[in-house]
Amino acid sequence: MRLPRPSRRPVSRLLRGYRPLRPGPDSSDQRADRSRLRSRMFALVLACLTLMTLDHHPGAGSPLEPAREAMGSVFGPVEAGTSSVVRPVTALGAWFTSTRDLHRDVAALRSENSRLRAQQAASQYQRNQLAEFQGLTSAADTLGRALVPARVVAYGPAQSFSRTVTIDAGSRAGVQPDQTVLDDDGLVGRVLRVTPTTATVLLIVDTESVVGGRVGASMKVGFLEGRGGLGDHGTLDLQLVDQSEAPAKGDTIVTWGSQGGAPYVSGVPIGRVTAVYASLRESSQRAVISPFVDFAALDLVGVVVPSGTHSDRGVIEADGRLQ
Amino acid sequence: MRSVRVAVAAALVVVALVLQVAVFPHVAWEGIVPDFCLLVVVAAALVRGPAFAATLGFGAGLLLDLAPPADHVVGRWALALVVVGYVAGLMRQDTRTPVTTVIATVAASSFVGTSVYALTGLVLGDAVAGSGDLVRVLLVSLLWNVLLTPLVLPGVMRLLTRLEPAGAR
Repeated sequence: MRLPRPSRRPVSRLLRGYRPLRPGPDSSDQRADRSRLRSRMFALVLACLTLMTLDHHPGAGSPLEPAREAMGSVFGPVEAGTSSVVRPVTALGAWFTSTRDLHRDVAALRSENSRLRAQQAASQYQRNQLAEFQGLTSAADTLGRALVPARVVAYGPAQSFSRTVTIDAGSRAGVQPDQTVLDDDGLVGRVLRVTPTTATVLLIVDTESVVGGRVGASMKVGFLEGRGGLGDHGTLDLQLVDQSEAPAKGDTIVTWGSQGGAPYVSGVPIGRVTAVYASLRESSQRAVISPFVDFAALDLVGVVVPSGTHSDRGVIEADGRLQ
Repeated sequence: MRSVRVAVAAALVVVALVLQVAVFPHVAWEGIVPDFCLLVVVAAALVRGPAFAATLGFGAGLLLDLAPPADHVVGRWALALVVVGYVAGLMRQDTRTPVTTVIATVAASSFVGTSVYALTGLVLGDAVAGSGDLVRVLLVSLLWNVLLTPLVLPGVMRLLTRLEPAGAR
């Protein structure tokens, strides 16, 4: 039964603050309710601030890292399970592509194919030469590396302003923190932390991600920083170490590589230069890179692990062998 | 009864989190998904008032901060959702909440939640987007939340009303 509300003089809801659960003539009850709410709010906000202070520098040294790991081992399998249930449904969209769309796709692909073939014919010789050199130089790099296949099972919401995903391969599959993650188009990111069955990956488009990159045409090196977007807005900024140099539009950027291949192995394609901005005053150049990977539609990825890593699944060796 | 209430609220938050990170990214616009956790907190606020909602917001935010693939400073979403729970709780009415109030509360909460989260990021020097991105994320998530309100809020609110302790109203 609902009690009739006692008449009250109109006070703004925000000024009055909290309306007690039990409206009644007893004003001391109201006051007690209000003070209880105040102390609870105080405690909650204080708890949040304490947590933020403790975790101010996230990473291996944070006292909350064990909590993250525990939560990861509980939630990782839940996310992987949900994702495997949802995947067939999301794949359904492809079935509804109409014949007309397919015809248009075939025409577009055919013209692109002939264009590429012409291009290839023109540069066959250079290509062969390059392939030989590359084979020589990269043999040492590619030898001793293998790929652990994994699927992206969860995305961090854009509202969190950090670009991270969960993959369904963890320490049992041989994945360790600071390993390179890539897909068939190019560089995806690096592993931040692992649980037995899942791993969290920092995408290169995250604002806190910095990747050493090399301009394919001039071999100049620089640093790529993410802008925090996905899809069309998912671009990277390239700043070359030699600030007087500017990459040309259309140049391909590959990874420079870190010592020991962690966190990034060398020679993985990252993206293409789409625009170059020159700041005359600071005499520096900033190039915008559009990544090859479509970060809004990540699915199958590979984690670069040392060859011979013990894994709970098939590991793709450098020579294409499945182990 | 109290333990049942806590269990149901926890289950709602877990389902919300899984929807947010594992299901809705497939239909997300630029990675912006509906804030299901925020919607659950707002529903709790409209049914049970600010004290319960702020506590639930703390739990839901902590989950968002810790569950993979989160990688920001722990406590940021917790604080944002505590504030959301409190502010939305002030909109609670003794009679049946009108639809317009629900929608307005969701919109305001969405704005407040994302803003508080972004502000703490600014203060802590954590990952923050540029102002243009921030406005886009704010608007799109607000739109998502308002669109999802008719699908999510009535059910959750009815469930929480049914579990309300007798005589509380």
